Amino acid sequence: MPETEIRQFNINFGPQHPAAHGVLRLVLELDGEVVERVDPHVGLLHRGTEKLIEAKTYTQAIGYFDRLDYVAPMNQEHAFCLAAEKLLGIEVPRRAQLIRVLYSEIGRQLSHILNVTTQAMDVGALTPPLWGFEEREKLMVFYERASGSRMHAKYFRIGGVHQDLPPELINDIYDWCDPFLNVLDDIEGLLTDNRIFKQRNVDIGIVPLQEAFDWGFSGVMVRGSGAAWDLRKAQPYECYAEMDFDIPIGKNGDCYDRYLCRMAEMRESVKIMKQCCDKLRSPEGQGPVMTANAKVAAPKRGEMKRSMEALIHHFKLYTEGFHVPAGEVYACVEAPKGEFGVFLVADGSNKPYRCKIRAPGFPHLAAMDHLNRGHMLADVSAILGSLDIVFGEIDR
Amino acid sequence: MSEILKELGEYVELKLGAAIRSSAVHYGELTLTVEREQIARVLRFLRDDGRCRYEILIDICGVDYPERAERFDVVYHLLSPRLNQRIRVKLTTDDVTPVASVVEVFAAANWFEREAYDMYGILFSGHPDLRRLLTDYGFQGFPLRKDFPLTGYVEVRYDDEKKRVVYEPVKLTQEFRTFDFESPWEGMTGNVLPGDEKATRS
Repeated sequence: MPETEIRQFNINFGPQHPAAHGVLRLVLELDGEVVERVDPHVGLLHRGTEKLIEAKTYTQAIGYFDRLDYVAPMNQEHAFCLAAEKLLGIEVPRRAQLIRVLYSEIGRQLSHILNVTTQAMDVGALTPPLWGFEEREKLMVFYERASGSRMHAKYFRIGGVHQDLPPELINDIYDWCDPFLNVLDDIEGLLTDNRIFKQRNVDIGIVPLQEAFDWGFSGVMVRGSGAAWDLRKAQPYECYAEMDFDIPIGKNGDCYDRYLCRMAEMRESVKIMKQCCDKLRSPEGQGPVMTANAKVAAPKRGEMKRSMEALIHHFKLYTEGFHVPAGEVYACVEAPKGEFGVFLVADGSNKPYRCKIRAPGFPHLAAMDHLNRGHMLADVSAILGSLDIVFGEIDR
Repeated sequence: MSEILKELGEYVELKLGAAIRSSAVHYGELTLTVEREQIARVLRFLRDDGRCRYEILIDICGVDYPERAERFDVVYHLLSPRLNQRIRVKLTTDDVTPVASVVEVFAAANWFEREAYDMYGILFSGHPDLRRLLTDYGFQGFPLRKDFPLTGYVEVRYDDEKKRVVYEPVKLTQEFRTFDFESPWEGMTGNVLPGDEKATRS
C-alpha cells in the first residue's frame, strides 16, 4: 500500500491583501486546496474608540462614529444621536428627520456600491468598480455640499442636523436618482447573468436562517437567507414609517443571493431618497432642522454675535457640553451592513460613562471559520466579499 | 409597549424564580438582573420559551464600576425577531470570578466574550478559545478599565537602525490635560467655597 501524501498547509492571508477589504489577517489551515480552519486575527485597526469616547463630551463623540464604518459615515452618527436623544427625551424636528433619512440612504448607496463592485473585483471583474465609483464620487459631493466634508461629516447632531440643505442641493440629489438606476442596470448587465460571476458565487457560503440567527447576523446576511427582517420596517425610527419601500429577500442564503439583495436594496433606497426630496421641497417639510432646546442645540453664529445669552450658551456648549441624565439605553439603526447599535451608559455628567458600539460586521466576521470550512481556498475571498466587512467598525 | 414588557418581565420572573434578581423597564427597555451562576439557564430559557423567542444575541459587553465590590457589569442584549422585542440581561462579577460562557447557547457569544475578556479581563469559564481579540500581540493590561490611562503605557515606532518596530514607554511632550468645565454655580448647595465662612460669621 503506497504511503498517502498529507498535504497540510498553513497560509497567512493578509494583513495586506487586496481581497481582505482592509487590514485582516487570516490564518488558514488547508488540506490541499480545501479549507479546514480559519482563524481571523483582527484588531490591526483598533484605535480604542470606546475608550476615547468616555473622555469626550457627547458632541465631540459624534466625530468618532464617522470613522467606524467609513464607507457609510452618517448611518453610524445616527445611532449615537438616537441613543443620546432617547436619554435626553428630545424630539427631532420633522425637516431634520427627513434630512437624516435622506443622508442615511445616501450612506446605504455608498456602502452597497462599494461592496457589490469590490465583491465583483474579488472574483475577477474589473469594470464594475470603475463604473460604481463614479457614482460614489457624486454622492460624496452631496456629503460635502451638506457638511463640508466628503467622508467624516459630523453632520448629524444631537437634536437634529447641523445645517439646513440649500434647495439646489435637494434638486441635484433628486436629479441623481433616476440616472443612477441606469447605472445599476449596466452593472447588473455585467454581473447578474455573468457565467463566471455565477460560478464563483452561486451555492457558495450558504447560511441557513437558523444558523444566521444563532451567529447573531443582521441586515443583508439574514435577508439573503429569507427573513424579511429590516429595522426600518420592524422598529421604524425617524420618519421611515411613512416611507414607501419594500424589503428584498433572498431564498438560498448564498453569496449570489446576498449580491442580488444588495442590488435590489439600492433600487429601494432610490425610492426612499426621491420621497425624501419631494417631502423636503413640499410646504410641510419646511421648518427648523435643530431642536429648539437651547440647552442642547448650539446657537447659530449670527445670533451668537448679537445676543449675550446665545454667547454664553455657545461657550458653555462647546466647552463643558450638556449634561445627560443618568441611565442606560440601547439604540440601533439599520446600517447598510446590518444592525448598528449603541449601548450608552450615562452617569449624569457631560461625558458618556460607557459607550459600547455594536458593529454589524463583528458577528459576521466571527462566523468566518464556520462559513469557510470545507470550501476551497478561492472561495474564501468570495465569502469575505459577500460578508461586507469594513475594519473601521470591527476593530473600533 | 412598556406594559407588555413589564408583563413579560413578570412572566420570566415567575418561570425562573430565584435566578432573576429584579426586572425593570426604563426608557421603554426591559432589563433583567440575574444571578451570575444562572446566566446560561436564563439565556436558554429566553431563547426557547414560546413567549420570549429571543433567538439573536445582539451583543455582550462589560461596564466597569471600580468603586463597587463586584466591579463589572456584564450586559447581554437579545433580540426576538419573531415577537419584535428586545431585552437586556445584566449580571455582576469581579476580576477573578468567572462567568459561565454562553457559547453553547449562542454561537455568536464566542467573539463577544473574547472581546469582553480582552477589554476588561472578565473571565468566562467553559469558553473554547478565550484569547485576546482586538489588542496587539503580547499586550498587557485591560484597556477599557477605568483605571487604565487613556494614553496607555507603551508606544511603537519603526527603528531604522534595528530595522524593526520597537516598543517604548509612552513619552508625552505635553502632560495629558483634562479640563474641568463643570460650572461651580450649579449644585452648590451644602458646599462652602473658601472665604464664604466669613460672610456668615459677621
